[in-house]
Amino acid sequence: MQHLANVGISILFDGLAYAMILFVISVGLSVTMGLMGFVNLAHGAFAMAGGYVTVSLTTRYGVPFPLALAAAFVLVGAGSIAFERLLYRRLYAAGELDQVLLTIGLAFMAIAGYTFVYGPEPQSVKVPGYLGGRLDLGFGTFPAYRVFMIAIGAVLICGLWYGFERTGLGARIRAAVDNRAMARSIGIDVDRLFTLTFALGSGLAALGGGLAVNLIGLTPTFATQYLVLFLIVVAVGGLGSIKGTVLAALVLGVFDNAGKYLYPDGGGFFIYAITVLLLLLKPAGLYGRE
Amino acid sequence: MTAAALETRGVSKSFGALAVARDISLTLPRGARRGLIGPNGAGKTSLVNLITGVLKPSAGRVLLDGEDITHLPQAARARRGLARTFQINQLFRGLSVLENLCLAIGERTGACNNLFRPAGSKPQVIEEALEHLAAHRLIEDALKPVRELAYGRQRLLEIAMALAQHPRVLLLDEPAAGVSSHESHFILDALERLDSDIAILIIEHDMDVIFRFAREITVLVGGAVLMEGSPEEVAKDPRVRAVYLGEEEPRGGGGG
Amino acid sequence: MAASKPDLAARARAAEFLLRRHRLRAAEALPWLAAVLAYFVFPGHLVFGSQLLIMVLFALSLDLILGYAGIVSLGHAAFFGTGAYTAGMLAARCGWTEPLSGLLAAGAAAALVGWVSGWFLLRYRGLALLMLTLATAIMLQELGNVRADITGGFDGLTGITIAPLLGRFHYDLYGHTNYLYALAVLFLLFLLVRRIVYSPFGQALTGIRENVRRMHALGSPVHRRLVVAYTIGAAIAGIAGGLFAQSNEFVTLGVLGFDRSAAVLVMLILGGAGRLYGAFVGAAVYMLLEDYLAKLSPEFWEFGIGLLLVLTVLFARRGLLGLLEDAGRHFGRGAPR
Repeated sequence: MQHLANVGISILFDGLAYAMILFVISVGLSVTMGLMGFVNLAHGAFAMAGGYVTVSLTTRYGVPFPLALAAAFVLVGAGSIAFERLLYRRLYAAGELDQVLLTIGLAFMAIAGYTFVYGPEPQSVKVPGYLGGRLDLGFGTFPAYRVFMIAIGAVLICGLWYGFERTGLGARIRAAVDNRAMARSIGIDVDRLFTLTFALGSGLAALGGGLAVNLIGLTPTFATQYLVLFLIVVAVGGLGSIKGTVLAALVLGVFDNAGKYLYPDGGGFFIYAITVLLLLLKPAGLYGRE
Repeated sequence: MTAAALETRGVSKSFGALAVARDISLTLPRGARRGLIGPNGAGKTSLVNLITGVLKPSAGRVLLDGEDITHLPQAARARRGLARTFQINQLFRGLSVLENLCLAIGERTGACNNLFRPAGSKPQVIEEALEHLAAHRLIEDALKPVRELAYGRQRLLEIAMALAQHPRVLLLDEPAAGVSSHESHFILDALERLDSDIAILIIEHDMDVIFRFAREITVLVGGAVLMEGSPEEVAKDPRVRAVYLGEEEPRGGGGG
Repeated sequence: MAASKPDLAARARAAEFLLRRHRLRAAEALPWLAAVLAYFVFPGHLVFGSQLLIMVLFALSLDLILGYAGIVSLGHAAFFGTGAYTAGMLAARCGWTEPLSGLLAAGAAAALVGWVSGWFLLRYRGLALLMLTLATAIMLQELGNVRADITGGFDGLTGITIAPLLGRFHYDLYGHTNYLYALAVLFLLFLLVRRIVYSPFGQALTGIRENVRRMHALGSPVHRRLVVAYTIGAAIAGIAGGLFAQSNEFVTLGVLGFDRSAAVLVMLILGGAGRLYGAFVGAAVYMLLEDYLAKLSPEFWEFGIGLLLVLTVLFARRGLLGLLEDAGRHFGRGAPR
């Protein structure tokens, strides 16, 4: 009985860590899609870029892991501004299909580029010693790395929540998500806001990607392989909602992890079935605007 | 006692705290020529959307020829003879003028249910479409894509599309809006040539059009009916004048 | 009101145009002539040729759904995969090796999946529809993995043996029979799709794509029309999948995946959606580039197709056929749509 409880807690814990990754990567996608209505299928490529930057910095240049994560956040976030200004901006008024096609094309180019530079083999991040072992949390011992991930996730959730709900910037973003035209007419510079949000979101994706390497692995196919997962987290949570992304990431992350553990073949089925059912009932997601 | 062509009973609609329609009861007999006027934001287009089924009412009923259509979807109402034009043209801009009308007629006659015979094998549809074009003097533009048409002619086509549905009730949402003064008489001519059997409700801001065309006028303010009457009665009513001209009545006490 | 002479002439012209629009034009024989010619001129490449024809069929099915009905789907591989597994499992698990009936079963199974999923999904548009179609395809993929014992899972389904076509035509190493088989199926289904596109129903689909608000206001049963188009598109995609399984005698769960859905979408956009022949041009360009570039290096191919896609979306939105049309118009020849 105790063993079953231990297994249960272990699955839950792993699911939580996995959910944190999903949240950190997907939250940027949710807010930018909610803000500008832009379907960005290259978002997975930004996460992947963060992963590779973290790998390079820690393995080749000996940068400490937390610093490498921060660097990934800054570098990819800043770099994404170029994409937004030069390419994405041209398709804001276009339909979803055009946006999907453009960003898929960019994702393909990214995958090819990273394969060329890094090769197709899985990469790993050099993790500092204090994250390598296990931690005793009182009710059980868990891999320190997973604890670290959950901790970072929790901090980010709180920080983003606070930023979203309590700061002027957050209020402006929420206003623009709610009604772009109205926000413009009261003087909010929606275009500049979007560039900032996009950079933040891409930076967070990179951070999540860096964290994800040692949990779910990193190959150049990461960009499209997990893209579907990020998209359904965003769709189920509702566009432009941090609360929704948290909830969706938790539900989908825990269930996907549990499903794969209990049914190694086809355990992934459950989350897609949940997604289809939920979207049929609430097409705008749990907390999306109708 | 025959049922009215169109009737709304106590139709109301709110979006949260915002009420766009308050207890609107309207009756259009056969052959009606009713104008619907009111300041911007009064809820005129919302009322048309409620009648046609684009919006679901929070309360009230809509009846077409006595039949309760309140819970029917938009397309079902259209098939029962309720047609409308839109304030902003909703045409098939990439298709030719003729193809636009053929679609309207094809959907009405059920020709569009046919997957396997070419569109060209239904000459009756094309013939009828050409008749409509001839009636509105759009024949020379028959093969032109709609997006290449002058705005006034597009507006005419918008009306022709609604007429191609052979409606019993026709709702026109600002048919002359945006049309230059030298083109607008085409619209007016088209309106005057409308079948006398059709019950027509026309939303307009252009008072000349309304007074020339309408036999009865309903005034909508803030989502509610302010008054109904003949054009003369409406023109003389002080409340209507206040709403349009912003004349303030003297208030007792402070404030301002 | 007497009609003036220029009026009568204009009427006659307009009627004439519409009445004759569906007639076959001489230029339409070109792709078929090319396909038949290829049989004789490239006898060593017929295996590639059949795969190309199968992809043309797959892209054609998407054209009906996306190019004409305007349904933006990221999960069209669901139907291709359903067809592939139906034909594959009939042969490998049930010993049913007759190819034509296998193909019919593949189409029917895919049609069923299309009908049921379409009935639910096509109530939505935009992002919700995009996500639902994607999730449905991946869900089917995972479902296939649940019973990997039957389906072979991601490792693949083997043991698909196909009986000689019509009892007489055996399959050789060089793919002669498969090529003509695929070509015949493509030809027949193309005629069907062409018929549908030029029918009043096809016009209604175009109307729904161009302005769904107006279609509702005209009394068009939009949802029903979309489901019919989706089901037919699904059936054709299923037949393409069936051909795929039969010709390769092997199929993996990748046929249901996002990559497959993305690939057919790219093919169609490259060629030009809503033009029927865009599927031919797009699939040919895609497959030829893949064959050529992937041999140089897989990264070249992936980068190249990504770049081509980006450039197409930004500068040649209506695809290669759109560019050709623009060029034709530029040089004086007015091409009717």
